[in-house]
Amino acid sequence: MSNQVKTLAVAGAVAAALTAYSTTTVNAQAQEKCYGVSLAGENGCAAGPGTSCAGTSTVDYQGNAWTLVEAGTCADIELPAMADGSEREGSLEALDRDLPA
Amino acid sequence: MTDQTEFTAALLDPSMALPAGLLDPKGLPTPKRFAVYRNNVAVSLTDALEAAFPVIYKLVGPDFFRAMAGIYLRQHPPKTPMMMFYGQDMPAFLQQFEPAQKIGYLPDIAQLELAIRQSYHAADSSAIAPDVLQNMPPDQLMTARLSLAPSMQMVTSPWPIHAIWQVNMSSGAPKPQMQAEEVLITRPEYDPQVALLPPGAATFITALRTKSFGEAFSDAAELTPDFDLTITLGALLAGGAITNIIET
Amino acid sequence: MLDTSPCFDALPAKPGVGYKPQHFSDIMKDPGPVCWLEIHAENYMGDGGRPIAQLKHLAQRFPISVHGVGLSIGGEAQLDPDHLARLKHLIDWLNPASFSEHLAWSTHDTHFLNDLLPVPYNETSLARVADHIKHVQDFLGRQMLLENPSNYLAFEASTMAEVDFLAQIVARTECGLLLDVNNVFVSATNQHTDPVSYINSFPVEYVGEIHLGGHDEDKDDHGAPLLIDSHGCEVVDPVWALYAHTISRTGPVPTLIEWDTDVPEWPILAAEADRADAALAALVQ
Repeated sequence: MSNQVKTLAVAGAVAAALTAYSTTTVNAQAQEKCYGVSLAGENGCAAGPGTSCAGTSTVDYQGNAWTLVEAGTCADIELPAMADGSEREGSLEALDRDLPA
Repeated sequence: MTDQTEFTAALLDPSMALPAGLLDPKGLPTPKRFAVYRNNVAVSLTDALEAAFPVIYKLVGPDFFRAMAGIYLRQHPPKTPMMMFYGQDMPAFLQQFEPAQKIGYLPDIAQLELAIRQSYHAADSSAIAPDVLQNMPPDQLMTARLSLAPSMQMVTSPWPIHAIWQVNMSSGAPKPQMQAEEVLITRPEYDPQVALLPPGAATFITALRTKSFGEAFSDAAELTPDFDLTITLGALLAGGAITNIIET
Repeated sequence: MLDTSPCFDALPAKPGVGYKPQHFSDIMKDPGPVCWLEIHAENYMGDGGRPIAQLKHLAQRFPISVHGVGLSIGGEAQLDPDHLARLKHLIDWLNPASFSEHLAWSTHDTHFLNDLLPVPYNETSLARVADHIKHVQDFLGRQMLLENPSNYLAFEASTMAEVDFLAQIVARTECGLLLDVNNVFVSATNQHTDPVSYINSFPVEYVGEIHLGGHDEDKDDHGAPLLIDSHGCEVVDPVWALYAHTISRTGPVPTLIEWDTDVPEWPILAAEADRADAALAALVQ
């Protein structure tokens, strides 16, 4: 691609992006700055953990729950074990043993 | 060994003996009372990790997560009291954590969750008005440098991390299909927005940090011939991620 | 942003609450009896975003108390200069009405343990804590308040009572005290001592703030009650009674309701503040 072709391609893309942006921006500007709460349902967890100066009566026990991944949503996601499509060595069964904590 | 070294070691390792010289009102050693501190540390850090990685938590389920957190928190206790940044070592930890090896995408999901939190707490910035871009002659834009918002983050993965994140965060999202994905996180106001980028966009945006607009475009177009600048630029504009254009 | 910044140079002798982001809208709409807010310093050490924006907004309207949980004043090591610098940055831009921290340690080596861990009461720890407090006050350029802890066990190495330790700290550093009445109750129950005697021997003239919070009840190794300072429920009646006795000695003092776990809806928290308000009002009459 010559520089001139590139510049033209870029100019076209910029114009198209700006057109798309200006049609959606009305909504964005109508929203007030939302100090208070996150917009309904959006990323409520993004803040992450906070500090604590309190104790807890919840007891920590170090369990070995390695066969329990089926209880998570990962069980519904059908993807290979490796990004290249291969399976990893070993299986959950083989790992059903104590790990050093 | 100092008193607090011994105390710390016993806090983190329940198999260790109680530190000497800790007594109940009868003057007796007191495992149950020392356990209050052990619980406070382990439970509060486990709770913190649960708040830090909500999608990992959903993916592996509560029992697995809390057991895994128990190991993580002992290997990687927080390094600062700023709990909102706790868990920086989670992607590397998951990479080598045996019981999670069947779920190859976990480390990249952890990276995405870290990036979202980073964005949430990043410095505020104001986006350029779009007409600045509109009014700039194309030749000048090609040599100009763009400044990007501190709240802008990017995560790339050989896994469909955006789809996996979506399916855990919003109901009715489609089932993830195997593909590499590049994710852009922006924060137009106070809530991080997570968007899927077209292929090549990550190369473009990474290059923007050190190169001119034109050079960044060339980098992306070379690696990804059908690189879509319109969508990429649209995502940056919508997220308020462009904070300045510097003519050179 | 408003262009005039009110100057709140002290906490009023009224109820305050520990601020939780989920209560932002309620507080801005109608704070009820709540006249000031307390925040944990460490949650506002990020670079920006909603936490800082909310805090700037709240500080326009309410006196703010900054309560640190991570300085590790009771730690054996030197105070972490990076953490002190972050704290100073926050204190400098916010200029809060008060700053307080705990008689406890939470960091060892580079490990932050996210809990308030106990120190023995003897000359060695007294010297160390006093040095740390002087350092903090010099560095921040202001007085701080030091809070009495909840105790779950005692140290064989302790040679003095907690109240005497605190009085010595005040004498050496000229810091003020934050008297956590629930902590007094929790510690006294756990150590089989009398909370009223503790309050009666407390150097009340240095109390700049009072904390009230809920606790959980467990049992120790011998089946005796073991109270845990959980901040996860209402303040219990015996603690309200101890509070009434406390303010009869101190006079009206800024009083905070702490509720940090299982945080309730705003009206429930406001009702706790109402109760503190009534106790303070009864004192004035």
